[in-house]
Amino acid sequence: MREFDYQRANDVPGAVALLNADPNARFLGGGTNLVDLMKTGVERPDRLVDVRELPLDQVESTEDGGLRIGATVSNSDLAAHPDVRRRYPALTQALLAGASGQLRNMATVGGNLLQRTRCGYFTDVASPCNKRVPGSGCPAREGAHHNHAILGASEHCVAVHPSDMGVALAAFDAVVSYETADGLGELPLEEFYLPVADTPHRETALPSGALITGVTLPAAPVAARSRYRKVRERASYAFAIGSVAAALDVQDGVVRDVRVALGAVASRPWRARAAEAVLSGAPAGEASFAAAADAELAAAEPLPDNAYKVKLIRNLMVSVLTELTEEAAR
Amino acid sequence: MAPSSSSAVTLRINGETHTLTVDHRTTLLDALRERLDMTGSKKGCDHGQCGACTVLLDGRRTVSCLQLAVAAEGREITTIEGVADGEQLHPVQQAFLERDGYQCGYCTPGQICSAVAMLAEHEAGWPSAVTGDVRPEAAPPPLSDEEIRERMSGNLCRCGAYVSIVRAVSQAAGTETKAANASGVEARDTEARV
Repeated sequence: MREFDYQRANDVPGAVALLNADPNARFLGGGTNLVDLMKTGVERPDRLVDVRELPLDQVESTEDGGLRIGATVSNSDLAAHPDVRRRYPALTQALLAGASGQLRNMATVGGNLLQRTRCGYFTDVASPCNKRVPGSGCPAREGAHHNHAILGASEHCVAVHPSDMGVALAAFDAVVSYETADGLGELPLEEFYLPVADTPHRETALPSGALITGVTLPAAPVAARSRYRKVRERASYAFAIGSVAAALDVQDGVVRDVRVALGAVASRPWRARAAEAVLSGAPAGEASFAAAADAELAAAEPLPDNAYKVKLIRNLMVSVLTELTEEAAR
Repeated sequence: MAPSSSSAVTLRINGETHTLTVDHRTTLLDALRERLDMTGSKKGCDHGQCGACTVLLDGRRTVSCLQLAVAAEGREITTIEGVADGEQLHPVQQAFLERDGYQCGYCTPGQICSAVAMLAEHEAGWPSAVTGDVRPEAAPPPLSDEEIRERMSGNLCRCGAYVSIVRAVSQAAGTETKAANASGVEARDTEARV
């Protein structure tokens, strides 16, 4: 690992100033991803600005009935928070489906959003990778890609975003708040992650030097009946090969409100807008759910070894929406 | 402040204060093992994937291989060397002994530290990924074998002693199932061998 300077920030403006004073500095939150990437040489910062003790560790209700979540709230505190469990249960389920008890205690909300892909070519500094070294190429299309993207990828990168938490946040229209030396800003999660295009190394729309200060969830009564289901290659403690966060409100057998987002299918948590459009006002039932899944997956461009994901995601969507419908009928 | 690659830090470990200068690259695990002669915490993968290095920070389990020592200043650190009360073993330690919750023993300090904190998490009402109803109004899930397995999934055991590990954690939780009780003969046999 390369030597680096370490500074602990006491307040948000101080943290931003410390970062901006060094062009090759990084913010350190829980360190569960960054420290690991520093060990492997993927990340080589000159300075770490430790933001874990900033006063951004609260979860508060907003006036309109939503939640404002501080950026340094740990994944485990967020999962255990009564308002999250009551009003956005799929978010608790998504958080608990990620990593291990140890890592969830360390990992922060802001860091979770900014974690890097686990694509084996990205994490291996001996391999070419357009995300790590722009223009060096992407071996994944011809190589190991069984857990790579089926939606929104490009010829330059087919890596997936690994977050579970982000999938639930995408379903619930989360808005990311940040601060720069110039002031405050906000980005809806759907605009937070940039399209892959030919710049896979540019992952977010955050301005240079910005510190994520929190995430706001708008009020969403539909989210009270929500669910996250994750499929992985072992029973626990593994990244998803496919996941679904969904919320459903059914009245008189008709879908009144619905949210669907998908994980491990794209370079970002994937809000399934096409599926939602099919479902809105449709009869709640397997035929509608399958049609919705097919509408979303019509754009899928699977590779030889990840084509299974199309059917996996289709089945997951139908299954989760069916369970939510049955739950509503009880 | 001028950039520097090392800092003097004061670490609170098992109730004692240690002051040392660390290269910023030093993980808490390496500081414990290589600088402070506390070799109970084990280095398995060194990438946060196996749990052998689990210690408690402010009472919460963390992997010390991804925790920079310099960033641990100000936290209350508890290692396997500090979980017992003097000569009196922690109930989780005692249960691992009685239930033979290990084979080679390399992952055991991490398993025990993890279990100590996991029981506190459960006591605090935290749900897990296998909890059916996560809403706060739902009754907290009993610590079934399935719940223990999920909550302990961050601690790998390459010997595959999981059956006994689950039994030990279950005993420590005081929620031993009838099935586990029925195997009491086996446990006594183990004690006899020891």
